[in-house]
Amino acid sequence: MKELEYPFDANLLLKNKRKIKKELLQKDNFIEKRIAILGGSTTSEIKNMLELFLLNYGIKPTFYESEYNKFYEDAVFGNAELNEFNPDIIYIHTTNRNITNYPTMLDDKKTIDEILQAEYDKFEKVWDSLLNRFNATIIQNNFEYPYYRLLGNKDASDIHGKTNFITRLNQKFYDYANITKNFFINDINYISACYGLDKWSNQFYYHMYKYAMEVPAIPYLSFNVANIVKSIYGKNKKAFVLDLDNTLWGGVVGDDGVENLSIGPEVPTGQVYLEFQEYLKEHKNLGVILNINSKNDYENAIAGLNHPAGALKPDDFIIVKANWNPKNVNIKDIAEELNLGADSFVFVDDNPAERNIVRTYIDGIATPEIDVPENYVRMIDKNAYFEVTNFSEEDIKKNDLYKDNAKRSQMMVAFDNYDDYLKSLKMVAEISSFKPIYLERISQLSNKSNQFNLTTKRYSLADIEEVNNSDEYIKIYGKLEDIFGDNGVISVVIGHIKNKNELHIDLWIMSCRVLKRDMEFAMMDELARRAQEKGIKTIYGYYYPTQKNKMVKEFYESQGFELLNCDNEGNKTYKMELDNYEKKNNVIEVKV
Amino acid sequence: MEEKEIYERLNNVFRDIFDDDSIVVKPETTSNDIEDWDSLEHINLIVAVEQEFGMKFNMNEVTSMKNVGEMVKIILDRVK
Repeated sequence: MKELEYPFDANLLLKNKRKIKKELLQKDNFIEKRIAILGGSTTSEIKNMLELFLLNYGIKPTFYESEYNKFYEDAVFGNAELNEFNPDIIYIHTTNRNITNYPTMLDDKKTIDEILQAEYDKFEKVWDSLLNRFNATIIQNNFEYPYYRLLGNKDASDIHGKTNFITRLNQKFYDYANITKNFFINDINYISACYGLDKWSNQFYYHMYKYAMEVPAIPYLSFNVANIVKSIYGKNKKAFVLDLDNTLWGGVVGDDGVENLSIGPEVPTGQVYLEFQEYLKEHKNLGVILNINSKNDYENAIAGLNHPAGALKPDDFIIVKANWNPKNVNIKDIAEELNLGADSFVFVDDNPAERNIVRTYIDGIATPEIDVPENYVRMIDKNAYFEVTNFSEEDIKKNDLYKDNAKRSQMMVAFDNYDDYLKSLKMVAEISSFKPIYLERISQLSNKSNQFNLTTKRYSLADIEEVNNSDEYIKIYGKLEDIFGDNGVISVVIGHIKNKNELHIDLWIMSCRVLKRDMEFAMMDELARRAQEKGIKTIYGYYYPTQKNKMVKEFYESQGFELLNCDNEGNKTYKMELDNYEKKNNVIEVKV
Repeated sequence: MEEKEIYERLNNVFRDIFDDDSIVVKPETTSNDIEDWDSLEHINLIVAVEQEFGMKFNMNEVTSMKNVGEMVKIILDRVK
């Protein structure tokens, strides 16, 4: 919903929240999450706004709110209601109002270090207690700067200054975040700066209502939290689809010619476009895929991208659509070629009419209002489309992986027989029980996979760790390598052992980048082998239809399962007896 | 600005905030008359009224305001 994307009207959201919520609830396909808000000041409106932003991301929250300023007690001493609530996410909303002791001018360095440590220990105790009790993800505010500076400028550099103290305390929070999985910092220090610290710290709201920031700032705070949450649950965008003329450079390459485009450091407008290109290029290192969708002759588009002063080159893009088709048609083609949902794209185009057409025809795609060129970066960046939470090695390599896939498609054309083609890829799979180094990737895959996903069950990192530590599961991952490169971990199967000799498949996912490579058969073979080892007689499979997983609706038939039951929503149950299991894969060499 | 106009605009703000089109505010209206008007919602109301009329209440005014009539008196005073 446009109202909940940056730049949003905070006052409108506050005023019309009831109406907006009703409207958001018209949609379906929400994932449901339990969120505990432990506050060090009033949190009521923070919760209301968080709810709107999360609903907009397809996440339906239920909330637990601590009593006013009872974050410490709830965390450290526990609380039956909170225990029963059993949160998926715990958001600790503390601010510099919750710093109990600051240094004074009379304290020496040693005393100040002790004060700092004591202040930090209080929070560490909160986090450790919560992580011990709950299988949950913690989101913790850092601290905003103080609203006055007793020492003036020296407040920042001198150990007696509150500004200095807060900076050091924040650093200690980051150190904890860097060594703790399932723990994320909500950077209110940054967003209060963006908002304007004087306005943010308007003391009227604290003294009147115990809000630690002015109420019109709350939507910005809640948006920031919602972005972390949606990222954890795999709702990030995955790719840019970019226009060219007046988006990546100034001018129209077909009319003006390459030499007259505005790009490069010589003139102000050229510099703006160059910085925008550099900003986009940086996203490749996050695993974001770049594509072009431009109304141009193909040769002109490539000539423009080869401009010597540009930062982006044709090689930086996976798919370049430069033609005269409607842009929404091109986007559907790009989605198909990449095996990605078009709703995971960010479409960037300077032309509001094009944005409007794309928005109308493609549900869920982001079409940021990028404004004038000097604002492009900010308008995209503030929407946090690619918010980083669990970053894996896979992400860095993603652009290469998609490139390799393009090469495979070219090679396929050379073979008449598909099996021969598959054999020529010389595929080697590693299929094995979960290993600690892959847990993060496994969780990420369970949250990102929508199409090749039989049950669409989502696992946070904490959930995956729980599965990994339990004997009740057969849990395997698959990696696949071939002559063009290593695809990394691309498939995960989790089977739950019940009644000693039954295995129920809770999760079966595979990345679409290895579709039609017979990897699913190699996984099945290995699952069957491990199941037999454990004395399993029967395997049960489940298919739960969503809007996105139609491609696997006959998956279990293809694996030789027998359909037991199908309810009127299309949920299917299958079974397979293991006694006469025959191996299915003969094109992939499997290492166990 | 006329008192009548202020009441009209104020009425719209109340209807938006409480998502209830049957609300009609009068000078004697207080939080007892509107079900969802609790202390937490009061702050949102104040913010929305400030936004509507482009003015700010100070702390003293917010704490001493007894009913809608007093609120309107302050707005009238501030925007004339």
